[in-house]
Amino acid sequence: MTGTILWTILILSGLGLVLAVVLFFIAKKFKVEEDPRIDEIEKTLPGANCGGCGFAGCRAFASSAVAAPDLEKHFCPVGGNAVMQQVAAILGFELQEKAPQVAVLRCNGSCEARPRVNVYDGLASCRVKASLYAGDTLCAYGCLGCGDCEAACAFGALKINPDTLLPEIDEEKCTACGACVKACPRTLLELRNKGPRGMREFVACRNRDKGPVAKKACANACIGCGMCFRTCTHGAIVFENNVSYIDFSKCKLCRECEAMCPTGAIHGVGFPKPLDKDAVKERIRKRKEAANA
Amino acid sequence: MEKLLISPSPHIRSGASTQKIMRDVLIALAPAEIVSVLVYGWSELMLLAVGVAACVFFEWAITKWMLKKPSTVADLSAAVTGLLLVMNLPSSTPWWIAVIGALFAIGVAKMSFGGLGQNLFNPAIAARVFLLISFPQQMTDWTATPGFIHATDAISGATLLGVYAEGGMDALVAAGYPDNHRLFFDIGGSAGEISAGLLLLGFIYLLCRKVVKPWIPLSIIGSVALISGIFHLCNPAVYTGPAFNIMTGGLLLGAFFMATDYVTSPMSVWGGVIYGIGIGLIVMMIRYFGSYPEGMSFAILIMNCAVPLLNRAFHARKYGRA
Amino acid sequence: MRKITFPIGGVHPHDSKFAAERPIEVLPLPAVVYVSMAQHLGAPAKPIVAVGDSVKTGQVIAEPGGFISAFVHAPASGTVKSIAPRKDLAGNSVMHIEIAVEGDEWMDGIDLSDTLVTAIPDDPAAIIEKVKACGVVGLGGATFPTHVKLAPPPGKKAECLILNGTECEPYLTSDYRIMLERPKEILIGAALMQKALGGCRCVVGIEENKPEAVKVMRAAIAELSLADIEVAVLRKKYPQGGEKQLIAAVMRREVRSGALPIDAGAVVQNVGTSLAVYEAVQKNKPLITNVLTVTGAMLPAEKQHNYLYRIGTPLSFIIEQAGGVPEGAAKLVSGGPMMGKAIANVDATTVKGSSSVLYLDAPSTVRKEASACIRCGRCADACPMGLEPFLLNRLCKAGDLEALEANAVQDCIECGCCIYSCPANIPLLDRFRIAKGQVIGAIRARAAAQKQ
Repeated sequence: MTGTILWTILILSGLGLVLAVVLFFIAKKFKVEEDPRIDEIEKTLPGANCGGCGFAGCRAFASSAVAAPDLEKHFCPVGGNAVMQQVAAILGFELQEKAPQVAVLRCNGSCEARPRVNVYDGLASCRVKASLYAGDTLCAYGCLGCGDCEAACAFGALKINPDTLLPEIDEEKCTACGACVKACPRTLLELRNKGPRGMREFVACRNRDKGPVAKKACANACIGCGMCFRTCTHGAIVFENNVSYIDFSKCKLCRECEAMCPTGAIHGVGFPKPLDKDAVKERIRKRKEAANA
Repeated sequence: MEKLLISPSPHIRSGASTQKIMRDVLIALAPAEIVSVLVYGWSELMLLAVGVAACVFFEWAITKWMLKKPSTVADLSAAVTGLLLVMNLPSSTPWWIAVIGALFAIGVAKMSFGGLGQNLFNPAIAARVFLLISFPQQMTDWTATPGFIHATDAISGATLLGVYAEGGMDALVAAGYPDNHRLFFDIGGSAGEISAGLLLLGFIYLLCRKVVKPWIPLSIIGSVALISGIFHLCNPAVYTGPAFNIMTGGLLLGAFFMATDYVTSPMSVWGGVIYGIGIGLIVMMIRYFGSYPEGMSFAILIMNCAVPLLNRAFHARKYGRA
Repeated sequence: MRKITFPIGGVHPHDSKFAAERPIEVLPLPAVVYVSMAQHLGAPAKPIVAVGDSVKTGQVIAEPGGFISAFVHAPASGTVKSIAPRKDLAGNSVMHIEIAVEGDEWMDGIDLSDTLVTAIPDDPAAIIEKVKACGVVGLGGATFPTHVKLAPPPGKKAECLILNGTECEPYLTSDYRIMLERPKEILIGAALMQKALGGCRCVVGIEENKPEAVKVMRAAIAELSLADIEVAVLRKKYPQGGEKQLIAAVMRREVRSGALPIDAGAVVQNVGTSLAVYEAVQKNKPLITNVLTVTGAMLPAEKQHNYLYRIGTPLSFIIEQAGGVPEGAAKLVSGGPMMGKAIANVDATTVKGSSSVLYLDAPSTVRKEASACIRCGRCADACPMGLEPFLLNRLCKAGDLEALEANAVQDCIECGCCIYSCPANIPLLDRFRIAKGQVIGAIRARAAAQKQ
């Protein structure tokens, strides 16, 4: 009996040893030579494989970065500057730091402001709805509320609010990967700079209809009056097709446009104090007086 | 004016629903089951009630409590699984075995794969095989329980297939084959094996309602007939013939109602024909050379595995493409 | 009667031809007409009048905006009030010319008499030129400019002109009525088109549920002694009137995937288009009228209408003339119930392709909750293009464009048979339309990249 056990142990151990040696040599012979920096870089990356960088996953990003002459086309929005510093260090490049960004919804047509005029009965997808008709409101440019953006977000940063039927962005979770921007058939979501201490201004409307038509559709619409354009002293407002747009690279966060906007289409986010419209209007008036004198 | 409805076209529907289809299957199976209740009595009735109720309960419980989704029992597919399971069990099966079978059928064979439409194996058959392997004694106890109509005394009557498996052709001839009425009305089988005639009636009903297509059952019966015909001709003293093999056991129940299950059968005509031929082949091999008397359940389960490949290999003809 | 049909798929909705026995009524002129610049496939038309101009009925007010485009004419006489964006029936802004209607003064040279003009011009090019100048587009729903279809590219020859008199969509009856009331004009239009195509046979396809129309058309062919035109009776099956299905039924040929009917030697035109060709070539009358059916299961017989309307009449005017939106109407559809468009904006105007205002009640049309696919295969049985919607549905959800292309989603004709037959109420076609667009885009991008 013990003989059997002894022989079994010896033979199996011997087999194991022999096979281990064989495997060792095979692993050495068929080893794929790879730049070791690819593994190093991959370790620094967040590993979300979200595609926000434009590559098919974190490993693809690492492989491409190693072969690239500089970091021009390689930026991981999820990891941000912190991760890119590490990648730059591994590759020996200079890093051009990018301002952190966040997704912003350029529509504030909530159920209250933008009445529904028909009932949509098709597949609950914004893309299907947008290709079918103008939508269940009178605004052919606004949010359709079916949640394609929410479904596209790999980080759970978007959620459709059931009362307003608009998506809300969780700034902590948003990595500015851009998936929601691609998912929205009306391009209402935009990646904008987070701004100093998280403060930013944007026009929450993309309605290109004439003023009265836009106003009839939504109480919060941009009616294309141009007040913001005439007020801005920094040249940050782009005004065309009956709608305004704030260029975030030029915006100085003075909030004068927001104060002057008659419909409240311009939103200021992340400011420590609520906007005192009267005080700002006073300031503008005084400045105009001084200029005319 | 009320707010108008807007949707993409089409704006009308045929009115077909999963529930209606399942209801038609229940109606088709009803005559055979009613007769077995009459013949096998209270035991069969209780088995029927427990089996169907258990299947429906388990599906409801799993969808509501585990998956936290709205319950899907209204589509009647759990009821159909329950009825088919019961029709495969001997009437003397204890009720708790039926409950375990229901749990396996719904919980393991259906819901764990993703629910209706996602299962690879036919749930009723998978449960039947599971019970056969787990409780062989009870599952092969073909004691005919006393019924509401006096059809037979309680005899420990093995099915003709069982007789053939045990003792070969001699035993079969001793039992009265080939000229007894047991071919059309075989007491001693499970509820689903009692009446070939009533099952055929149900099948014709489903054909008229356009619920099933004929090629799967036809290819099963055809291949069984062909194979058993050839073997019987070569050696009639050892091998049973086509009529016997088509009428006995779960062949008709399986061919008409289980192999035609939408989810687990191929989508194309050629795929279905090959599926049917495969089932026929395996059934006959098991009946002639295997140690189990009945091979239909195994045959269907084995061919279920081939279905995804058959679906990839055979597609419907497309317009404008060679 | 020998009946033919297409070999793959099809469904059998109830034909609901409630308005079939209602003769065509001429609708009065509205106070204002809005003429859309996007009434046809291809580039929108470009206005050539200005605000304040006086126009006569039948005057050209917009010219083609590209090769695939069409002329647009004033449907009534009056003054141009505005040329501005206006919302179409889907609520999208489209350029319209607004004309305040004053009287009904027609342009000179248009023959308004009822005399039948049977002489066919000898020159095919002259016929095509007249068809183009009168803004004739396909009135079967697609509104493809007819003059482009009648001039096949070099190397392609038309062997058979198929006239689509099937009207396979439930509820619609306008084609049936024009076949009953103006058969000779339709047939002369067909003869004109045969001439334009360089001579070919013509088959008028009519579904078996219109025996009266078959009789009338056959009698008219005999009276006019037209050689080379015959009536073929087709089985009642939807979508029998689909271009590809008609070609398969009548010519026993199939159009290759990605190719056009002319590649199979076929030209398909609606009977309404044929009538418009007759009026354009023989009467100099541009396409400014069409027949529209106002119908619905809840309307009593006397409220069913087939109206001859001026193209540009607002839908709200037609609805009002017909007696208003009936009680219980949950959805208004422009076109048939299988492929028509739900009307979101009732103030929208009619366009050349407007064939109906269909009222559907909630039980007929409200979508039920989608449930799990039970792999019953009814969708695949129903698909007239032989596709497998259950498979395409899974691939759409997975976003697998390569597999979608391999499984031919781009061949989908959007007939709606799949959703119609699905017992689980799965929104199949909704997904396929999006996938189709993406796959066709990818195919075009590949072709463009290859050219470089």
